[in-house]
Amino acid sequence: MTERSFPLPSQLEAVPGAEGWEAMYPYFSRFQPEDDQRFWFYNSMHFPEVVPAFDGITSEIPYTAIGANTARLFSFPTTMGIEYRIVNGRVYITANPVLDEAKQGERLVDFQERAGYYYANWDRLYAGWQQRIEALIADIEAVEVPELGELDPLAVVTGARGFASNHLLRESFHRCIDLYSKMWHHHTEFLMLGYGAYVVFFEFCKQAFPEMGDQMVARMVAGMDVTMYRPDDELKKLAALAVDLDLADLFVEGSDPAKVLAALGERGDAGARWLAALEAAKDPWFNVSVGDGFYHHHLSWADDLTVPFAALPRYVEQIRNGEDLTRPTERLAEERDRIAAEYRGLLDSEEERGAFDQMLGLCRQVFPYIESHKFYCEHWFTTRFFQKIRAFGQLLADRGVLLAADDVFHLRHVEVEDALADVMLAWASGGTELGARHWQPIVAERKRIVEALSTWSAPPALGAVPEALNDPAVKMLWGITQETVEAWLGAEDDDASTVRGYAASPGVVEGVARVLLNVNDIGQIREGEILVCPVTAPSWGPVFGKIAAAVSDIGGTMSHAAIVAREYGMPAVVGTGTATARISTGDRLRVDGDRGVVTILG
Amino acid sequence: MTSTVPVLHFRDVGLGDVATVGGKGASLGELLRAGIRVPTGFAVTTAAFRLAVEHLTVDGVPIPARVAALDPADAPALAAACAELRAVVESAPLPAEVAAAVTAAYAALCEECGDASQPVAVRSSATSEDSAEASFAGLQDTYLWVRGADSVLEHVRRCWASLYSVESVTYRLRRGIPETDLGMAVVVQRMVGARSSGVMFTRSPLSGDKSVVAIDASWGLGSAVVSGDVTPDSFVVSKVTGEMKRNVATKTRWHRPDPSGSGVVETDVPGEMQDRPSLSDAEIAELVAIARRVEAHYGCPQDIEWAVGETAPAGENVFLLQSRPETVWAAKDAARRAAPADRPFDHVFNLLGGARPSEGRPS
Repeated sequence: MTERSFPLPSQLEAVPGAEGWEAMYPYFSRFQPEDDQRFWFYNSMHFPEVVPAFDGITSEIPYTAIGANTARLFSFPTTMGIEYRIVNGRVYITANPVLDEAKQGERLVDFQERAGYYYANWDRLYAGWQQRIEALIADIEAVEVPELGELDPLAVVTGARGFASNHLLRESFHRCIDLYSKMWHHHTEFLMLGYGAYVVFFEFCKQAFPEMGDQMVARMVAGMDVTMYRPDDELKKLAALAVDLDLADLFVEGSDPAKVLAALGERGDAGARWLAALEAAKDPWFNVSVGDGFYHHHLSWADDLTVPFAALPRYVEQIRNGEDLTRPTERLAEERDRIAAEYRGLLDSEEERGAFDQMLGLCRQVFPYIESHKFYCEHWFTTRFFQKIRAFGQLLADRGVLLAADDVFHLRHVEVEDALADVMLAWASGGTELGARHWQPIVAERKRIVEALSTWSAPPALGAVPEALNDPAVKMLWGITQETVEAWLGAEDDDASTVRGYAASPGVVEGVARVLLNVNDIGQIREGEILVCPVTAPSWGPVFGKIAAAVSDIGGTMSHAAIVAREYGMPAVVGTGTATARISTGDRLRVDGDRGVVTILG
Repeated sequence: MTSTVPVLHFRDVGLGDVATVGGKGASLGELLRAGIRVPTGFAVTTAAFRLAVEHLTVDGVPIPARVAALDPADAPALAAACAELRAVVESAPLPAEVAAAVTAAYAALCEECGDASQPVAVRSSATSEDSAEASFAGLQDTYLWVRGADSVLEHVRRCWASLYSVESVTYRLRRGIPETDLGMAVVVQRMVGARSSGVMFTRSPLSGDKSVVAIDASWGLGSAVVSGDVTPDSFVVSKVTGEMKRNVATKTRWHRPDPSGSGVVETDVPGEMQDRPSLSDAEIAELVAIARRVEAHYGCPQDIEWAVGETAPAGENVFLLQSRPETVWAAKDAARRAAPADRPFDHVFNLLGGARPSEGRPS
């Protein structure tokens, strides 16, 4: 390994204007002096932006859940869980490997019993998961954010409920946090087992067919009835309905969703029918975040119609031109099976073909979970969760504690409890909340801090590179490999015009770059441009139809963005780390999705 | 059975005729049988070799005995003896029946091609060459752009004589290959005026991956690619999806027929051609299709030489010059075998299980 290493956590310099950022995050998320001895990497895949104080919960809770599943439930032999630290608003993580071979052996016995139980009963347990997660979503939707009136409703008295509505503030807020925690436990319940089956097949393919592109493995296992495609499919249906109802003229590129909705309202019965169809599609299919569910401000389609309405004009146009926009699932399934059969046929022996069949079979069994869980967890549930927290923010704003509902996201969740207690007391006593004086300066300061931290260029990793990152379970849990680290270390050897990432979707195109730092600006994308962005989220799928290629700072070949890009037959390079920093809107690019290389032509 | 006729047309031979027409000749005949386009030609058989060479002597000692008596460790004596042997084989007059048969076959080839002095390639085709077991590759000679019956005869003798090069003799002596079994056929094949040529493997030469066809291509004759005189274009095409990794090189040198009409000259590629791909996508697709047919025909990965003709129309201009089993990776295949497990998810335990308890484990 090279002598080069990444900066140590203790060597990071303070960002001017961001003094005091530490108070935004829990004490246990701060780098300690002894952390200099360990290797950390920036989880830019999930946390591409500065984490606001409340959103710290999206690292705290997922890591309590995923580690519990690998370390304590399923007893993965070579790895416990993940530790995380936040510095300058960015989340760094490290895995805790199990290095003692005797310990690995002990853990293996339990792993075989426990993981074996899940694998052997996968379909039944997964069906149960589906019910559990939908029940959780129903639970979060049912959480009541109470209204505090002059008097509690009479029914509270005549029903002898026995507690006043200010109590519900605490209970309902706790319930949101508790449900969010539970959701993440369910999210990671099947995750590492699913990835394990995938990695087994992936490694086999890579050994048998070293030239095979990463995406080919995903293509052989891809499901056809993929929940993540549903939002896009719903949009296409709405576009078709607009054409049927003779409303197509209202959907033109660049129009404001609010104006389109108003115009629809003036189109009589046809407009009303379309609006009703929109409402029906929204729940649940518009509960897709424009991000990946880790930031409160990555709003869903349901919260902000910009993304779906940016896609509709093109779909309307295509349908008017007689194009069939439905996914050709039969053809895709045939193609998937043909590819798998051909690779199988290229193997040397019946023995190998037998192993291939087992691994592919297991992989296809677990893949529906891998493909669909994000919709239920990161999108549908999390959209509802942030909506509830925003409602508490609105209550705090109504009570004068905060200036605006979204300011609640600049408080840590334990601080929100404090502010709610303030409201509960003031309402009970007939006095006044004291929070305005306390919280409003804090919110203002944290907004400045977030702004200042957003200019910080986070190193991809910190600390000395460990000798081996080769354990497959650690790699899988961590999401990086020795090659990734080498690429980060070697990036400085490339000339300034080369940006490297993962080859996520094949093909080579040239075009003009459109750099979007804020996912909410996605409506700016124009036909034929190359999208360059920090992260591509599944909900961006619809705009993929009009771009020539996609380049992202983060993401892997299994990311939904990569899957969607392949579906659209569009080149994509993901996980470049630095594309948005090095490419400017208007640059001419060549995107080589075969090799994972982006060249800035000028 | 080994045929006794001195000359056989490609169309009359197949893989079973290695003993008569050598590996190259048999392979070309077999390719024709498989419906693959190869430049027409004939083989001067091992029977002709025996008729011409067997009776020759050096200082009264028959050639096989003379070779068998040599010491491969005594380099100066070996070199002197080989020079003498080659001179005898190259200069001895041909038996009339062999000369007549070769002359007639060349005349027929000229008539078939419509050129009274059709240029041909004259290449040795050893009986033990081209086999996966013992590769003689590179130890014998190839002569390009040979014209006229007399020149063909001369080069046939040179091919025979190449068996007595220091390298060839040393190879046989060190491996204990008996001189009495020695047979050398010679292939005489229509010369293709190649616009582009090169080699292709029906698996990756770098990784052994059988799901791709790897093509190396450059301008002009294939000798530039084989000899390493040029860094060729590289095209790696997936057999499954047709996806291609394309690496177009700057090709500075090419081998071309000498304008005088015989022989080959090595010159610089004109500047405007150097960075252009030497194959069109359609030609690549045709080569891949041919490679897959040849591989399927033989039932094992192949190492193929090919050319794209200068004059033939598109769709009829891709020729194979030879195909032989790939040998480098074949030996490594056995090392990487996977086997089915009791239960599919046992594969997960094998990969993610870490160190195994020494007492064995449940399976």
